[in-house]
Amino acid sequence: MLFFSQLINGLQLGSIYALIALGYSMVYGIIRLLNFAHGDILMVGAYVALFSLTASFDPWLVITLTIITSTLLAIIIEKVTYTPLRNAPRLSVLITAIGVSILLQNLSQFFFGASGRPFPVHLLLEPTVFNFFGININNNSIITIIVTIVSMIVLTFIVKRTRLGKAMRAVSQDLDAARLMGVNVNNVVTFTFAVGASLAGIGSILYALRFPLISPNIGGILGLKAFVAAIVGGIGSIPGAMIGGYTIGILEVLVITFGLSGWTDGVVFLLLIIVLMFKPTGIMGKNIAEKV
Amino acid sequence: MSNIVIECKNLGIDFGGLTAVDNFNKSIKSSQISGLIGPNGAGKTTIFNLLTKVYKPTRGSILFNGNDTKNMSITSINKAGVARTFQNIRLFNKMTVLENVLVGLHNRTNCNLVSSILRLPTYFRSEKKAKEIALNLLEIFDMKDIYKENAGNLSYGTQRKLEITRALATSPKILLLDEPAAGMNPKETEDLMETIKKIQNDFKIAILLIEHDMKLVMGICSEITVLNYGKIIANGLPIEIQNNQKVIEAYLGKGEEIA
Repeated sequence: MLFFSQLINGLQLGSIYALIALGYSMVYGIIRLLNFAHGDILMVGAYVALFSLTASFDPWLVITLTIITSTLLAIIIEKVTYTPLRNAPRLSVLITAIGVSILLQNLSQFFFGASGRPFPVHLLLEPTVFNFFGININNNSIITIIVTIVSMIVLTFIVKRTRLGKAMRAVSQDLDAARLMGVNVNNVVTFTFAVGASLAGIGSILYALRFPLISPNIGGILGLKAFVAAIVGGIGSIPGAMIGGYTIGILEVLVITFGLSGWTDGVVFLLLIIVLMFKPTGIMGKNIAEKV
Repeated sequence: MSNIVIECKNLGIDFGGLTAVDNFNKSIKSSQISGLIGPNGAGKTTIFNLLTKVYKPTRGSILFNGNDTKNMSITSINKAGVARTFQNIRLFNKMTVLENVLVGLHNRTNCNLVSSILRLPTYFRSEKKAKEIALNLLEIFDMKDIYKENAGNLSYGTQRKLEITRALATSPKILLLDEPAAGMNPKETEDLMETIKKIQNDFKIAILLIEHDMKLVMGICSEITVLNYGKIIANGLPIEIQNNQKVIEAYLGKGEEIA
């Protein structure tokens, strides 16, 4: 019984990681950039949700507003900071991403204060506990898992079945060839950032449901762990990001169940080291054979 | 309006202190196959990169259908009608044959994301039309029965053909082929010659090709330009090029003067 309720717990946590990892993975897949500001977009989204809820907006409006703000923020960041660096060395772009991350954290500290603010969960969703055959399950766990699965199905559909998705896959395989075949690469990149950020927007609300204390630094460690999830799953791969997210989530919960809650972060990064040692391309990553 | 598709005027590009191409003048008429030959490093691919806007010229200009292309981007020059293939095949290997051609049609189909997610009738119509065009093209080049195959699994010759088909899908007015016969066996080269002739016949477009296979170049080009160290050393009919002293020297070196 404990095992099952902990499994649900792990799936909930894993869902949040997976949603964020997808943003990392897709952007990396398209322009080989590790967008370290991705976690902080989630943080900003969480604040938007918090303030609009406090202002007693309608829950659906809160959700819409959060997703739109995160998406717009990512588009602005991409246009202002990454687009001018499209042809710069990768390291410059990576450092810019870290810079944007620090900027967002500091701006939030300046405007919203450094201490955490409680997230009014009850205004969004009345917490209820269901009892399934003796297992206690929170309604927010169920909602998180369902929302994540639906988001992933929609995402897979966009990537596999739409015209822009086709362009995304083409750009991720060979950016220059796609450009020379008439694909507007700038639009595709912006679209990818937007999709990733809207997932982060959804993630911010799901995160707040589970950890209802919002502070300017929540994006940091969360983003880092989602990044680990993306690597473990195989960065650049969409199913990989999902698998990586769930692996990390369940692993963390298992570690806590064994009473080692102080060790969760350590174990996650240990897993990263092990994966990098034995399968550097991740679970779903293809072994890239260098042609000689 | 004359039927000149593309015209290069005093085109030149420097990389740092190195002049890769200098004083390149050439005009290509519609439904003409021209060849660009020259020893390795002569600047042939650089010219393709200039024509497709991958590089910006240091000097001179490129006119496309009489208009200066100075301010055009890679995407807009493609949309205007310049398509190319690559020296080393650059297909989207993890996508199917059909999808590769559909990417080429990307510019032709106009359908936004909302209507494609909601599967609005406009989406169905444009997507269906694109698929029809793509399958038609594949049929012309005998690849219709393998449209579900991943591009990476095809044989070398077929990959070349698919790359050309993908470029044709962008409905170009001029097609640039960068060493289409590289790495092909004689049989494949012969098929390729047929394919190129077919394209000229069926699509009535201009073709500019870079090639080292002299049999192919001499066999299908109506005009040949020879490049050495970034400069044009000869331009003319295949027969003229074959007997041009400068060309022979560029390829084989200068003979010893016999007293």
